[in-house]
Amino acid sequence: MNPSPMIDSTSLVLLLAFSVSVLGLFVFIWSMSNGFFNTKESGSHIIFEKDEIGLVEDPATSQSSHELQDAAGKTDASLSAAELDDRLIADKSSAIPAFVCLLASVCWLIIGSAAAIVSSIKLHNPDWLVDSAWMTFGRLRTIHLNSIIYGWASMAGIGVSLWLIPRLLKTPLVGAKFVYWGAMIWHVALMCGVTAIGLGYTDGMEWLEMPWEIDIFIVIGGALMGLPLFLTLMNRKVDHLYVSVWYIGAALIWFPILFFVANIPHLYFGVQGAAMNWWYGHNALGLWFTPIGLGAAYYFIPKVLGRPIYSYNLSLLGFWCLAFFYSQVGGHHLIGGPLPTWMVTLSIVQSVMMIIPVFAVAVNHHMTVGGNFKAVLHSPTLRFIVLGSMLYVAASIQGSLEALRSVNVITHFTHYTVAHAHLGMYGFFTMVMFGSIYFIMPRIVGWEWPHPWMISAHFWLVSVGFAIYFIGLTIGGWLQGLAMLDASKPFIDSVTVTLPYLKARSVGGSFMVLGHIIFVVHFFLISLRYGSKKEPALLIPKVNIPFIKDAKVAAKELKRG
Amino acid sequence: MAGHIDEKKLVIGALVIIAVSSLALVIMPYVQLKHIEAPAALKPYTDVQAKGRQVYMSLGCVYCHSQQPRDPKFAPADEKRGWGRASTAADYAYDQVHLLGTMRTGPDLLNIGARQPSQDWHLGHLYQPRAYMPGSIMPAFPFLFIERKGAAKPGDVVVNLPPDYKKPGITIVATTDAVNLVEYLKSLDRTYPIKKTIAESLTTDKPAAAAK
Ligand code: HEC
Ligand code: HEM
Ligand code: HEM
Repeated sequence: MNPSPMIDSTSLVLLLAFSVSVLGLFVFIWSMSNGFFNTKESGSHIIFEKDEIGLVEDPATSQSSHELQDAAGKTDASLSAAELDDRLIADKSSAIPAFVCLLASVCWLIIGSAAAIVSSIKLHNPDWLVDSAWMTFGRLRTIHLNSIIYGWASMAGIGVSLWLIPRLLKTPLVGAKFVYWGAMIWHVALMCGVTAIGLGYTDGMEWLEMPWEIDIFIVIGGALMGLPLFLTLMNRKVDHLYVSVWYIGAALIWFPILFFVANIPHLYFGVQGAAMNWWYGHNALGLWFTPIGLGAAYYFIPKVLGRPIYSYNLSLLGFWCLAFFYSQVGGHHLIGGPLPTWMVTLSIVQSVMMIIPVFAVAVNHHMTVGGNFKAVLHSPTLRFIVLGSMLYVAASIQGSLEALRSVNVITHFTHYTVAHAHLGMYGFFTMVMFGSIYFIMPRIVGWEWPHPWMISAHFWLVSVGFAIYFIGLTIGGWLQGLAMLDASKPFIDSVTVTLPYLKARSVGGSFMVLGHIIFVVHFFLISLRYGSKKEPALLIPKVNIPFIKDAKVAAKELKRG
Repeated sequence: MAGHIDEKKLVIGALVIIAVSSLALVIMPYVQLKHIEAPAALKPYTDVQAKGRQVYMSLGCVYCHSQQPRDPKFAPADEKRGWGRASTAADYAYDQVHLLGTMRTGPDLLNIGARQPSQDWHLGHLYQPRAYMPGSIMPAFPFLFIERKGAAKPGDVVVNLPPDYKKPGITIVATTDAVNLVEYLKSLDRTYPIKKTIAESLTTDKPAAAAK
């Protein structure tokens, strides 16, 4: 059989488009990198003060910071009082704006988790809570998604970013009042949006359900919260922008644009609307959550360990590759659908190309932590963030495979995708946010986490719960997909086969929700400065870790003794 | 700070990225698909059907039901299950907001109107899916119905449940929302033959029909 000429020309066009895009990428990276890579590796030192490298920092670990320092290697590194001052001023300037966002985010986490667990149970108990429309699965699930995505994840991301920026730029945050206004507008809008969904007003597209009239305010709120980043950038005191600034800065530019374009009403139609829908959907993941999560990981992993990132240039290369490839993968949500083939194929190709930037992150994080895995035991921050960044790699590799037609034909319409979605948004992003919050909160309120056991309980509950969730749905989804592809079996078989796994998800999910409750209670306790403050300044933990010059002497003694 | 070179790179770079992305996934599909003509056999939604579609959106049926049977060459089971031929862009010409869906907790519904044209069945199934399909995990939607003691009034749309699920002395009456939703479901029928490629569906229907 001769291949039809039609197919030939399609693949030719595709090949051409692909070569042009890769060529374009190289030109782009080259032009961006003029004077970019000759920072040598010293760019990675920008997050440390002069003699600080080697010094661990984890405000969440007062009792065991001693062990943490031991695990990371002994040091006589130090931080002078003047250097410390810079950082204190930066921290102080961002404390309240970051706190406002984080406080809001944990409230949404509880709302979203409640909606999550009820939705999950409804999937195996379909006659439970069916009497009112707002509690039907289709609405609660949407409330879960929107409160988790726009309430918890976005707010936590913005809070962490606002806190990091002044530190990274060694410049006090400029324009805090924009944050207060922005956060307020965003929240009122989000509350209206979630209520609207409960009442049945929806724009109908996944990830874009909130009515567009309300979305206008989300855009305004988001832009206001992003503004201080740029104001602070214009006043920055550092010469070099650390890699986290690239990730976070770009994310804050991308998100308002994406959200605005995606919500323009009455412009999109039919399947073109679907293309736009997933252009937005995946860019929200790839150009919003992923860069913020990675930006935080790129700061906290080296910072907690007191060692610069393994390869700084690799991290920058990874940034532009991620931006380029990740922004074109939206079509992989529509494989097999009625869309132009070239578009879907382009997205599959770029999904596979994502292996490059993911590899850059994997190598970098692994090599930075490598040999220091013991430190993970002693630092709550690191425990969450290292787990998160490992799961980032896992989610991405899984994603690249899932985008292949041969795998996607099985997994596309099944719970397998939901498992992957949580591996990314929970295993990676949420874990990184938990870790970051454990680091940041003691700095913001000048108080220690009152109960270390609550941190451990939180960690184990969500980790074990999530393992059950993910493994269960991955198996269940795969079996569902196989059953659905086998036309000799009635459809209902593909439903029955998932039941044990859906129940497992409810069990795992309950653990996670319990973990969230403990976390949020703990969050409120530290905010209220509950318990006895263990030492006057968190910056000088009990065991005399040499955070300031005077303590250096003590540290030397410690080392000798 | 040397004219803030890095900031410029960051902002310009970010804008280029998002421009390329929008070009590939939003603008090019827009240009390509804008002129697609609706197939002659596909009718625009009537008022009632459009209202029903709104109910479908508002209750989130899309999170469990797709509307996009795949190509038999790719996933043969879709057609074999009676979900219909592979759909093409033209089939959605009247769908202002798409409802393609990404989940099949339940079956594909693009051709449910052809597969199950009975209003009675649909109403009963919405009231209690397990009355028709034991083991179903589709939620029941009792709030779309009114339980009335005694006989039906004139004008009531009565739901006839299978005998096991009938409650003595109680009449189940469908609300307007339920009736509209079912009208929409019954309208889902893309079983007419279709031109295969996008290029072909860009040419208008009329001359093509005349040529036959
Ligand atoms: C939790 C997921 C879920 C939701 C939400 C859901 N369904 Fe279903 N639906 C199913 C499952 C599972 C089946 C297959 C078993 C059955 O027929 O009940 C099904 C079957 C159907 C069928 C029969 C399909 C066939 O081929 O026989 C129709 C029609 C239907 N659903 C319509 C709807 C409508 C309309 C809504 C929204 C008001 C809806 N469904 C919401 C899960 C769901
Ligand atoms: C607390 C435990 C959680 C449980 C029990 C849970 C449960 C669920 C359920 C039942 C769904 C609907 C799946 C479907 O439509 O079939 C869902 C969807 C989703 N959840 Fe969660 N969730 C939890 C936490 C989270 C968190 C913290 C996040 C992200 C930060 C998250 C992100 C998502 C996303 C993105 C979807 C959409 C998935 C898709 O459409 O494929 N969830 N979740
Ligand atoms: C290389 C990286 C990745 C690739 C190639 C990839 C690929 C995919 C594919 C193909 C799907 C669609 C599945 C389907 O509908 O059939 C998907 C869904 C999803 N992915 Fe990824 N993924 C990657 C990384 C991530 C990361 C890091 C996150 C989280 C931040 C994530 C979050 C999600 C979510 C939430 C969905 C579900 C969307 C929905 O249906 O609502 N992915 N991914």
